[in-house]
Amino acid sequence: MVLILDLIPQGVQMALVLILAPLLLGFTRRVKARLLRRRGPPLLQVYRDLLRLIRKEVVIAQNASWLFRSGPYLIFAATWVAAALVPTFATGLYFSWTADLIAITALLGSARFFLALVGMDIGTSFGGIGASREMMFASLAEPAMIMIVFTVALLAGSTQLSEVADFMLTHGSLRVSLGLALVGLIIVALAENARIPVDNPATHLELTMVHEAMVLEYSGRHLAVLEVAAALKLLLYISLIACIFFPWGLAPTGSGPAAYAIGAVSYAGKLVAGGFLLALFETSIAKMRVFRVPDFLGIALMLGLLGMLLLFVSRSF
Amino acid sequence: MTPVIAALWSIPALLGVPLLALATRQWPTATRLVYGACLAICLAVLAVALTQLLTTESPASSLRLPLGLPWIGAHFRIDFLSAFFLAIVNLGGGAASLYALGYGEHDVSPGRVLPFYPAFLAGMNLVILADDAFSFLFAWEFMSLTSWALVMAHHEDPDNRRAGYIYIVMASFGTLALLLAFGLLAGPAGSYAFDEMRGATCAQPGLVLILVLLGAGSKAGLVPLHVWLPLAHPAAPSHVSALMSGVMTKVAVYGFIRIIFDLNGAPAWWWSIVVIPLAGATCVLGVLSALMQHDLKRLLAYHTVENIGIIFIGLGLALAFAAHNMPAPAALALTAALFHVFNHSIFKSLLFFGAGAVLTATGERDMEHLGGLIHRMPLTAFAFLTGCVAISALPPLNGFVSEWLTFQAILLSPILPSWGLKLIVPAVGAMLALSAALAAACFVKAFGVTFLGRPRTPVAEEAQEADNASLAAMFAFAALCLIAGIIPGFIIDGLAPVAQGLVGGRMPVQSAIPWLSIVPVAESRSSYNGLLVFGFIAMSALAAVEIIHRFASRAVRRGPAWDCGFPDSRPQTQYTADSFAQPIRRVFGEVAFLAREEVDMPPPGDVRPARITVTLRDLAWDSIYAPIAGGTGYAADKLNYLQFLTIRQFLSVVFVALILLLVILMFAMLVWS
Repeated sequence: MVLILDLIPQGVQMALVLILAPLLLGFTRRVKARLLRRRGPPLLQVYRDLLRLIRKEVVIAQNASWLFRSGPYLIFAATWVAAALVPTFATGLYFSWTADLIAITALLGSARFFLALVGMDIGTSFGGIGASREMMFASLAEPAMIMIVFTVALLAGSTQLSEVADFMLTHGSLRVSLGLALVGLIIVALAENARIPVDNPATHLELTMVHEAMVLEYSGRHLAVLEVAAALKLLLYISLIACIFFPWGLAPTGSGPAAYAIGAVSYAGKLVAGGFLLALFETSIAKMRVFRVPDFLGIALMLGLLGMLLLFVSRSF
Repeated sequence: MTPVIAALWSIPALLGVPLLALATRQWPTATRLVYGACLAICLAVLAVALTQLLTTESPASSLRLPLGLPWIGAHFRIDFLSAFFLAIVNLGGGAASLYALGYGEHDVSPGRVLPFYPAFLAGMNLVILADDAFSFLFAWEFMSLTSWALVMAHHEDPDNRRAGYIYIVMASFGTLALLLAFGLLAGPAGSYAFDEMRGATCAQPGLVLILVLLGAGSKAGLVPLHVWLPLAHPAAPSHVSALMSGVMTKVAVYGFIRIIFDLNGAPAWWWSIVVIPLAGATCVLGVLSALMQHDLKRLLAYHTVENIGIIFIGLGLALAFAAHNMPAPAALALTAALFHVFNHSIFKSLLFFGAGAVLTATGERDMEHLGGLIHRMPLTAFAFLTGCVAISALPPLNGFVSEWLTFQAILLSPILPSWGLKLIVPAVGAMLALSAALAAACFVKAFGVTFLGRPRTPVAEEAQEADNASLAAMFAFAALCLIAGIIPGFIIDGLAPVAQGLVGGRMPVQSAIPWLSIVPVAESRSSYNGLLVFGFIAMSALAAVEIIHRFASRAVRRGPAWDCGFPDSRPQTQYTADSFAQPIRRVFGEVAFLAREEVDMPPPGDVRPARITVTLRDLAWDSIYAPIAGGTGYAADKLNYLQFLTIRQFLSVVFVALILLLVILMFAMLVWS
């Protein structure tokens, strides 16, 4: 009985991220449209699109392999597990110790690995270009992410997100390293989610596309699953930034329903703020050439490394 | 029978196997006989080694035989360290023998492989069992020579002959360095047994470290001593490649650990400052070089260099912690390194098995001539994919666990008081993270170009699935990748006595932790649970499949590829291995390889084809080996003149040489006194 009570918040979180992810995407699109003086699609349009895709038949290329058909589910599962392990409204959920921040990063790496592979499965030039560029971006974004994780972990003395959030709530103070890590993490988040200025989520038929090029051959339910995975990833990064740098309102371990409610409200507020800032940023900047992206990501890597070096030099705990 | 005697019996048994095969006079029977016998012997030694490793109270068992140098004899011993490495060697050897039961049938010249293969296994076992300097060096050289003979099995190819030549030169150099290291360790008294070395204090422990880095490092493939490795490993038959890359490099790591951690006394503070940056550079250069390859086996061989780097980062951190008298963190770093030794021996062997299956099926090693093999060889593709995921350090497989442990050791390192380390360790952490990400790119390329897409040549179109024995070996190792990934706690516990013996500390007991998590230091600090991650992924994926298929559509229609409306039926329009790596080459290549691209674009109206030429330079080769080779050649040319002297000139040359030596000796005596 106690176990079931403990499991409820964990289950709620798993369901919550899945339900909220398309909404966040819809909200971002809506804000972006308003900023461009368009009316924009309704908030629930993403759900409608997904429903439509799920009901349609799947058209797959003649030479698609078993990997092509099972890949979307694996990618979705890895992303969902990663997203469900980042604290959203409460810390210290029952399974929160399953994977620490390094493992969450690596889980996203697993999803990307399979995404790049399924992009190459049909053997079209678009799939190859997408996979190749995605792995090039990842080869800089992932070490940058690890460096940021190190910076945060050295400060908090833990790589567990729940512990990090608790530490930031109780001992949080303004530190240079944290500032560097925040900027770096935002850059990584933009790149990993294929947002402007790294990639453009709204384009097709353009040589600069990366993420869309990999999923070009997908249709129907497979495409729907991949889109949910992409939405989950966006939600994950916003939750992650919120949890590490703005942990206010997170319900601590083993608290009652009231604390959970406060946590949920503050989480909703953080998502709104995150989505709004993302839309604002995307409308105010142009997309980069592909070979400018390494410089952009290199900044994140250097910031992460600098943050970590500062900590190594300034303290020994 | 004590364990060491049981393990030693494998040596004459392995050496005797080829004689047995001689009696059969038929190659197919001989092949089955030799590999079957090797498999049985390896499994027996594996059982001995595991019993020794897992029975915690078992003392080291040793033996002295009246062989070798008359006044020393030959010492053999199994302690926890050698039991662990004995298990690695025989696990890899057993799987390679099983694989070769099928693969060996296709060998064009079995007479050049069969006699040396068991001897190579015997050599590796003997290195691990040896307990005095003479037997160790003898076994080491025996291992080098037998593997050299296997590299030269297909000597008709001039590339293989060149690989063999470079290999034997580097191997001799490595043995020389180790010989000098043992000379220093033995001291003026000449105590060559390891037991006596342990007790004695070495006069020049720092010099020993450098010599062992040269000797064992050249065998393992540390940059810049790695040049022979990507040439020699792919040249051998694939099951031997798997042994060389997966197992022999680990024997070299054993040599390093045995001498530096066990025989050389307490580590000095600066040792890790030498080892860690070298290891970081090895990581990054290894994986970048691997990315630039389009020969599947060479890509795998280069990637071994990266993994050796990861192992040495762990060893370097262990040295750093041990030097500052911190046994618990040292045990964590050492366990991470040993875990990676285990992991790499599994997935690198698996990947070489897969490459061998592709080679048998198509006759091609060049990825640019492959493609689409997932349709013709689905089982091989599945096993190879498992290996790719594991080696790219992705959860929930095993490669991630050891890399995660290494990261945890790096996160502990701010407690080190040394300023040099405070600056080096974060930079090496970044290199490790970079090489992990590049490894994923490398194996997306290896799997994607070889197995996915459309076949690029007729041979790839008509490939056949590998035989059952090969598949059994591949699937056994693929299963081990998963098992070691989801219940790593048991392996960490198995490694605890090894760490205890070497650095005097151990990681907390893992198998008692609820849900089989692993917790390197404390739960509030970090934990990882591969079992739950695997379970969650499997459950979410199955739930998604079930729900969508039940409540939405199951309809599937096959059609031509979409490709934005412009599909091209020619397989040449696919991305190639080189084009896949081009963005990464553009980002990193200018620094790492001084890469230059020359585009020859004909003007409009001209019908000749456009051309792009890429030149990559191997900096280690150009800046170290080419000058040495050139200098040696030049000196040989000049000294050639000595051949044509008259007898009087000869005598005077000898006389002058004698005088010179005496003068040098005189000065040496003066300086000494």
